[in-house]
Amino acid sequence: MHRVLHAFADPFAFRQALPDIWSGFLINVHMMVIAEALVLVLALLMAIVRGLPGRGAKPFRGLAILYTDFFRGTPLTIVAFACILGLPGLGYSVVKNASSEALGVVALTIVYTAYVTEVYRAGIESVHGSQRMAARSLGLSYMQAMRYVVLPQAIRRVIPPLLNDFIGLQKDTAIIGAIGVTEAAAQGTNFANSYFNFTGYLVGAVFFVYLTIPLARYTDHIIRERERRERAAMV
Amino acid sequence: MSAQPFVSLKGVTKRFGDLEVLRRVDLEVKEHNVVCLIGASGSGKSTLLRCINLLERVEEGEIVVDGQLVTNGKVDVNALRRKIGIVFQAYNLFPHMTVLQNVSLGPRKVRGLDRQQTRATAMELLVRIGLEDKADEYPDRLSGGQQQRVAIARALAMNPKVLLLDEITSALDPQLVSEVLNLVRSLTEVGMTMIIATHEMSFAREVSDKVCFLDAGVICEQGPPDQIFSNPTEPRTREFLKRIIEAGRL
Repeated sequence: MHRVLHAFADPFAFRQALPDIWSGFLINVHMMVIAEALVLVLALLMAIVRGLPGRGAKPFRGLAILYTDFFRGTPLTIVAFACILGLPGLGYSVVKNASSEALGVVALTIVYTAYVTEVYRAGIESVHGSQRMAARSLGLSYMQAMRYVVLPQAIRRVIPPLLNDFIGLQKDTAIIGAIGVTEAAAQGTNFANSYFNFTGYLVGAVFFVYLTIPLARYTDHIIRERERRERAAMV
Repeated sequence: MSAQPFVSLKGVTKRFGDLEVLRRVDLEVKEHNVVCLIGASGSGKSTLLRCINLLERVEEGEIVVDGQLVTNGKVDVNALRRKIGIVFQAYNLFPHMTVLQNVSLGPRKVRGLDRQQTRATAMELLVRIGLEDKADEYPDRLSGGQQQRVAIARALAMNPKVLLLDEITSALDPQLVSEVLNLVRSLTEVGMTMIIATHEMSFAREVSDKVCFLDAGVICEQGPPDQIFSNPTEPRTREFLKRIIEAGRL
């Protein structure tokens, strides 16, 4: 037991590893914030395309379905390797000089957009058809009904599952560390290589947990609030 | 009053799969007239209303609204629906918007009026329906009757030329029915053209210029309310009214 504690939770090593792990963790946070912002927008567009009515939109619907099916099923590690190691080799100036961190964000965005598209779609489908009908019968167009009536209700409903996916995304930024970005997990490995001690990983873990707990509690709070309101509405 | 009917249906047939919900329906509604559709649930009243504003597509027949043929697939649906207000049985207010926002959405986004203008007109409408003090409440804080009055105001805010009312009191507690019917009555007094699907027989008798009895997707009998309610010629109309009277609803 003593040996385990010494290897993974040594107080002295903890303090020693803190600065480097922290600077690595800032990279995790950075990647996460940018990827989340991109995912929120792209997945919404993808969900709207997936729901477009009519025969003319069929090819677009098909592409959106193909995209979500493919990237929801592909491990992030594979997409990350492909982006970070593969994209610069294409020779396009946009990606040739891109940092591994930026390419990691691309990988995270590609994979998580597929997940979050499905979350949005579930939200859109949960809004009762009579709402769209009421909007359309006022003379609003399909997109106006979507924008002013369906989406505001849909998005409110999917905030808890969205936050849940974002907790997953936060943690998955560490996978990018395995492919050449010195974020928190990679810094932990560096520390272990220099000092033969793995406490650096614990430091990283603590940072991640500190970041996810407020999100998790906030999610709980939103769910509770909604239940309270729905009970009140039923009275 | 113009001689041309404002809304006319000729041989309208609507199917859901194999089921014919409307069969060769003919109906004319003159401007400023009130036409009530009566009949059992499932007789096609709601579907008939939904065909008029193209929420449902008809398989056969023609519908003309305000001199415009709307069933040829070429009509601008959104422009047509501006002229035709509809109020639903389940109110269908937008739960994420306040009462005022519910009433203003159409004028702002469809008619393109500015915020102040729509706010003023919406408030006028809320005064008219007696709910000006609820302007900033969300629909879930309102009673069913109040919600339905807001739904009527939302339809009126578009300045429709005809109003379709789809069993608008059927979901209400009995004590809330009259406040909604009173509002509809006030609309008849200002000459609003209306087509009303309803189970409120006394009300239909009181406000209609014409009553249509629907049975299994067919307009079985139509005529002035006194004739339909006191002197129906069709056996099915008689049978229906007999059951209504037995149930104490007329």
